[in-house]
Amino acid sequence: MAILTREDAKALLEKVLKYSKADECEVGLNGSESGNIRYARNAVSTAGDISTLGLSVTSYFGKRSGTATINEFDDASLEKVVKRSEELAQLSPENPEYLPLMGPPATPFKESPGFIPATAAMTSDQRADFVGKSLGVTKAAKLEAAGYIENTAGFGSYLNSKGLFGYTKSTDVIFSVTARNAEGTGSGYAARGFNDVRKLDTLSATKIAATKANGSVDARAIEPGKYTVILEPVAGVYMLENMFRFDARSADEGRSFLSKPGGGNRLGEKLMDEKVTIYSDPFNADLPGNTWTRDAQHLEKTNWIEKGVIKNLSYSRFWAQKKGVEPVAGPPNIIMEGGNTSLEEMIRTTERGILVSRLWYIRMVDPQTLLLTGLTRDGTFYIENGQIKFPIKNMRFNESPVIMLNNIEALGKPERSISVESYRSYLVPPMKIRDFTFTSLSDAV
Amino acid sequence: MKRKDFLQLSALGVGAAMIPKWALAGNPIDPLVALQERMDVGMKKQLADVALNTAKSKGASYADVRIGRYLNQFVATREKQVQGVANAESFGVGIRVIANGAWGFAASNNVTKEEMVRTAERAVAVAKANAKLLTEPVRLAPQKGFGEVSWKTPIEQNAFAVPVKDKVDLLLKVNDIAMQAGANFVNSVIFAVNEQKYFASTDGSYIDQDIHRLNPSFGVTKIDRSSGKFETRSSFSSPVGMGYEYLIPSAAEKVNGIVTRYKNRYDMLEDIKNAAADVDQKLKAKSVEPGKYDLLLDPSHLWLTIHESVAHPTELDRVLGYEANYAGTSFLTLDKWKSGNFHFGSKHVNVVADRHQYGSLGSIGYDDEGVPAKEWDLIKDGVLVNYQAIRDQAHIIGLKESQGCCYAQSWADVQFQRMPNVSLRPGKDKLSVDDMIKNIEKGIYIMGNGSFSIDQQRYNFQFGGQTFYEIKNGQIVGMMKDVAYQANNQEFWNSCNAIADSRDYRLGGAFSDGKGQPTQLNAVSHGCSTTQFKGINVINTARKIG
Repeated sequence: MAILTREDAKALLEKVLKYSKADECEVGLNGSESGNIRYARNAVSTAGDISTLGLSVTSYFGKRSGTATINEFDDASLEKVVKRSEELAQLSPENPEYLPLMGPPATPFKESPGFIPATAAMTSDQRADFVGKSLGVTKAAKLEAAGYIENTAGFGSYLNSKGLFGYTKSTDVIFSVTARNAEGTGSGYAARGFNDVRKLDTLSATKIAATKANGSVDARAIEPGKYTVILEPVAGVYMLENMFRFDARSADEGRSFLSKPGGGNRLGEKLMDEKVTIYSDPFNADLPGNTWTRDAQHLEKTNWIEKGVIKNLSYSRFWAQKKGVEPVAGPPNIIMEGGNTSLEEMIRTTERGILVSRLWYIRMVDPQTLLLTGLTRDGTFYIENGQIKFPIKNMRFNESPVIMLNNIEALGKPERSISVESYRSYLVPPMKIRDFTFTSLSDAV
Repeated sequence: MKRKDFLQLSALGVGAAMIPKWALAGNPIDPLVALQERMDVGMKKQLADVALNTAKSKGASYADVRIGRYLNQFVATREKQVQGVANAESFGVGIRVIANGAWGFAASNNVTKEEMVRTAERAVAVAKANAKLLTEPVRLAPQKGFGEVSWKTPIEQNAFAVPVKDKVDLLLKVNDIAMQAGANFVNSVIFAVNEQKYFASTDGSYIDQDIHRLNPSFGVTKIDRSSGKFETRSSFSSPVGMGYEYLIPSAAEKVNGIVTRYKNRYDMLEDIKNAAADVDQKLKAKSVEPGKYDLLLDPSHLWLTIHESVAHPTELDRVLGYEANYAGTSFLTLDKWKSGNFHFGSKHVNVVADRHQYGSLGSIGYDDEGVPAKEWDLIKDGVLVNYQAIRDQAHIIGLKESQGCCYAQSWADVQFQRMPNVSLRPGKDKLSVDDMIKNIEKGIYIMGNGSFSIDQQRYNFQFGGQTFYEIKNGQIVGMMKDVAYQANNQEFWNSCNAIADSRDYRLGGAFSDGKGQPTQLNAVSHGCSTTQFKGINVINTARKIG
């Protein structure tokens, strides 16, 4: 069993630390039990059941450090990995940014609410049943489905030679499905992610994918250019994910979109529309996150952008000391506040625009302006006079989320949504954005 | 390495922690050689047989076992400091079976006889659960067993045996050169990988392989404080299927021109000097005027375009729809291949797949389902002629055997179709890059890979680069910036009107190409000579925020 209890994890970490001869030592132990099933062409293609447990040891001699990892746990292997980290530390030069390890915090770390036993207990038969429900929808609709379900139960634990100990465990289940017609002229997608598998409904999600697949047949080409877009959460979050690095150091160093021309960072500056508030909160019931750091920090609700103003940046202990501020840990999760406009209302109030179901292959073009490029995919529709008129061919965009968040027309209710690249979950609203820049057409379906 | 040697080296390692810092620096044997500790092949065979026999007794019609030890070493620096030195080691077993006509897979990090039995049983149980949803049983192309065989990357110097101090010294020297040349920031990294893989199958193969890869790289940044703009240039190194010898410079392996580029040996200290100078030029470069240009693409750039626009769309699993939910499908559908007349590119375009080029990341003896390394054409004289297939796909394109494209990133992941090396053959006629430049009226010469994006069927792409030189009336006249080109894939390759000859041929590569669910990483090389494309749409990527 790769999910160790708090007590068992601590006992193993303490055993490892006993082998340490270094000035300081820190040890991390992570494990997961996961299962997955993948299907395509209306049948299961691969499936697996994977159990992992890994140990990481970092040893310090003065300002020198070295790290070694291993996944074998007999006494000889534990001793070996500690020694190896010590050898590496001895061979490394001094790190001028070294700071001593932290001891335990004044108050104990709070527990994260992210572990749901029902998700951890999922079996290969249950996963196959979920797939069966999804395939029932696509077969009835005469479509082909390709999809994926993965459930993971994992834990992370940490102990250092100053006595700081942390433990967290969580569960996660993700589901995504693409429905396509046999001719290859229509494609639709849906994705879901939860901590609690009891919230997963593969049947209703597949129905959405099937509706989009059938609705996207006979797509017409329109001229690329600037359009009002309505981004469904799964599309919007993939764009915004590229912006969720609120790091002070890279900003101060002059190499981030948060750098101020002439030096310093944009903390306190209004950079976006005042409808934009982005925060992290590990205790959010819909998106629980980790509650502690190896630097003895408690993670609590933190606003990163408040009404369009850059409210906080993360500072490592080293950078905080250099800048004379308190360290701020990076976000354990990301939540964007929304508004009250439903997707239907957004469409009804659009004179001429595009409904975007999903975005694809987003890459950074210019980190200074966060200019991104990517394409629409799996259901792109032209809106005129408040109605969806017809499906359109996919298009490539070149747009910055910073510019985009200055052009907000309306926001809907935040939904838990997964990024189609990182599979991380976020809470983001549907967004209506004006002047979104499309630069070329694609024949892809 | 034998067990006895390992014990001696371990003893040295124990001592190492006790003696003064850096005293080991001059020692020819780094204690980390201990990382090469390997389980005896006989023991692996015994364990594998337990798994294979268990799977068969539980009803599997086929089974394979991969016992793997995966080693990574990572040395990362920035400016004057070492950010991290880390060794990672992962050991375990993955068992794949066919039962009731369906695939099943299970993995464990506990490599004992008892766990082999349990894991094989789990794999069979997963297969039987999946069989309930079966529409068509798995058809596996036959593969003869090879008995007990082995293969090793032909390295000259094991990167894991090179002292960490040597690596740190090299990287800090690289950084120092950049800082002396006025850089604001510089990061440099050496990443070494060793896959010690043992494969056994019910076909009667017991294959022991020792595969090495190395990826040295840097990124240098200069900031113009007054404008708040910054520019970067990353290294013109390639990730390679070689040992540490790649980092020993050789004049014979240099490609001279407007800036030096490298073949099978890399001069990191020279490249950083050139990079720092390039960044100065980039800061002063003029912003590109959007429009149509002839593009001259250096192999340090073109490898990535080949990877995205040729290698991915010829993956048979994408063509068939297995990747529809993630990486996507492909515009190179079976009907186009069957027609025998689908002009993917101009007559200059000949693309070959292989698993054995020297120094390449895709070079192996056998793939992860026991198929030996091969070579075959994908595009011949511009026409689509083949795909990349594995054993359960071979019958779909009328092949009697697999092409050997099966790979799993570790013991814990199930193997599936991954791309081999996919390379553009050099031009047949003698042609130098200088000759090509002379024939371009309005063009851009692009080096290094930058931003890249392509749609899910591989029709429409956009690529950036590291450095962009303007060509006017047959001459390079200066550097440009804010350049990206967009094209339709088939139109792009049909606009290919010249390829330099084999003297210019080089490999580039992707050290971590992602595909599949759960995502797995693959390492693969792409070779080519400098290639010319006529009349490609170039956009300007400059924007303003705040």
